[in-house]
Amino acid sequence: MNSRAQILSRIKEHQPELTSLPADLTAPLQYADPVAMFSTVLGNIGGTAVPVSSYEEIQDYIKTHFADQKRIISTLPELAEVTEAGWEGQDPHNYEDIDIALIKAHFGVAENAALWVTEELMQQRVVPFICQQLAVVVQRKDIYSNMHEAYGKVADSVYGFGTFIAGPSKTADIEQSLVLGAHGPKNMTVFIMESR
Amino acid sequence: MNTGRKDHAGLADIFNEDEARVDWHDETLWFVRAKRDKAAHTLPEWEALRENASQIKDNVLSNLHDYLLEFEAKAQQNGITVHWAADAEEHNQIVHSILKAQNVTRIVKSKSMLTEECHLNEHLQKNGIEVIDTDLGERIVQLAEEPPSHIVLPCIHKKKEEIGELFHEHLGTPKGESDPQFLTAAARVHLREKFLTRKAAITGVNFAVAETGEFVVCTNEGNADMGAHLSDVHIACMGIEKIIPKRKHLAVFLRLLARSATGQPITTYSSHFNKPRAGQEMHLVLVDNGRTKQLGRADFRNSLKCIRCGACMNTCPVYRRSGGHSYHTAIAGPIGSILAPNLDMKEYADLPFASTLCGSCTNVCPVKINIHEQLYKWRQVIVKEGYADTGKTIAMKAMDFTLSHPSLYKTAGKAGRWVMKNAPFMVNNKLNAWYKQRDMPEPPKQSFSEWYKKNNNE
Ligand code: SF4
Repeated sequence: MNSRAQILSRIKEHQPELTSLPADLTAPLQYADPVAMFSTVLGNIGGTAVPVSSYEEIQDYIKTHFADQKRIISTLPELAEVTEAGWEGQDPHNYEDIDIALIKAHFGVAENAALWVTEELMQQRVVPFICQQLAVVVQRKDIYSNMHEAYGKVADSVYGFGTFIAGPSKTADIEQSLVLGAHGPKNMTVFIMESR
Repeated sequence: MNTGRKDHAGLADIFNEDEARVDWHDETLWFVRAKRDKAAHTLPEWEALRENASQIKDNVLSNLHDYLLEFEAKAQQNGITVHWAADAEEHNQIVHSILKAQNVTRIVKSKSMLTEECHLNEHLQKNGIEVIDTDLGERIVQLAEEPPSHIVLPCIHKKKEEIGELFHEHLGTPKGESDPQFLTAAARVHLREKFLTRKAAITGVNFAVAETGEFVVCTNEGNADMGAHLSDVHIACMGIEKIIPKRKHLAVFLRLLARSATGQPITTYSSHFNKPRAGQEMHLVLVDNGRTKQLGRADFRNSLKCIRCGACMNTCPVYRRSGGHSYHTAIAGPIGSILAPNLDMKEYADLPFASTLCGSCTNVCPVKINIHEQLYKWRQVIVKEGYADTGKTIAMKAMDFTLSHPSLYKTAGKAGRWVMKNAPFMVNNKLNAWYKQRDMPEPPKQSFSEWYKKNNNE
């Protein structure tokens, strides 16, 4: 008997009598102002929320705050003016020297300031992890209170890779001192776009 | 325990030689525990969430056979190669053969307690493959040639000066430099070079979804993602109990995991791997290594619900004052003391005794495992099987007596706490083997019976 068959038969023999799945949690916490909560939590975990009402505003922000950064790339055509052209489709190792990556998120979650991003919004999976700084654009109306709503939105969508990103890469492995920028982004800016 | 090597009490003695360090270790972990409490209190539905998670995991254990088949089929459809390993040895062989087929001799690995349990690094190194652990804490203990002492905080036992010394020796940082910010920046440079030059990456798995065939890996550092997305071959290793039925259940577990572990609302990254990247190979190894046996032990099968948050360690007065290495097994603390005897009852006969049975672990566990009750039950099994030494047997009998006489225990518990507070030297006697060192850790806020009463009437 191979291991697969052996493991499965032992499970069959040993697993207890079937119990049913519980009903979904009723009434998980809702925030009166999810955007305010999102911004507060993001600040607590080392990120910065920037409310904007147009892509021009984002471009201006980039020009003033990231003026000294060399390699700025984006997956958003609206930001093409201030970002590198033709960076897409290369070997992922070539993105090692990206200073700032600007991407879009499907939605954000107020309770933990996490943003849901799938592969097609990253161009290359490694982009939001390898960049020195990450900036994400999310629509104000797409910020939900909690993770149950979030997975309600993810639903049965199909993706090769998807991730919740909450703040910059971090570690507290040395004596519990928090340090931002463990391997990936040293900070994270979230542009919260007012829908018009 | 009778193997000539030191047992938990003996190893704890060594840890306790440096009293200042023990106090520091104790306080650091208590600080993490306090952060957990704060995070839990932000959610009015915390208790309902725990109950929900517990019931989902109960369902998983009762239907594991079908869920594994469902998961395997979906994962294969998604282009993931699925392997099955009966034990640690087979797991190690599978991983090695995948690497060998690709002629890979240098790899990066993110945190996976399963690979620690299987001693994968040693196996690969023996076969000429260099393994770089990329979680900062794991890299630190790897440089120190030590195992992790905690499942979430691998180098929690190390002082920054010692880490500075290690980095000076291995990474060439200035002598005497021990600033965490500085050392982390040095590690960043050191490890980014590894990510960029290694062709294969190993990661652990936090959750695997039967419904979709995807697996989820949670990190704060982003090291699992850096490794996986830059690799030609990604190998993910998981115990068979990591399955959850549906994608929506991730909401429940992701809300609980980081809050219980470190008090964060969520880890920085919760990455869902569904399909390999174009041109990439993705393998997943499903490992039994004693889990099906534990599934058959009615008293202990609940331990398979564990999501490895580490909360039971942070809160445990014995763990905090004895250190992770005193448990001489990959997974330390209360939960490790339940898992280890399943694998080798003789070798780990001491571990269920390394507890005050105060019940704090059970109170914080996000999936409501009855940890301290299982520790108590293991003691009975171990004594019956003849693996306990005499000192432990007597202590055990006294414990057994009080626990089977609830009213007596109530008095003993209350009196015991008075003694602990006011005359701690009185319990420092041979009968109470664990306390022989010095002052008792710290009296639990409520005795087991008070706790038991409260939690069974509500
Ligand atoms: S037993 Fe519970 S508290 Fe301990 S690590 Fe596992 S899930 Fe966390």
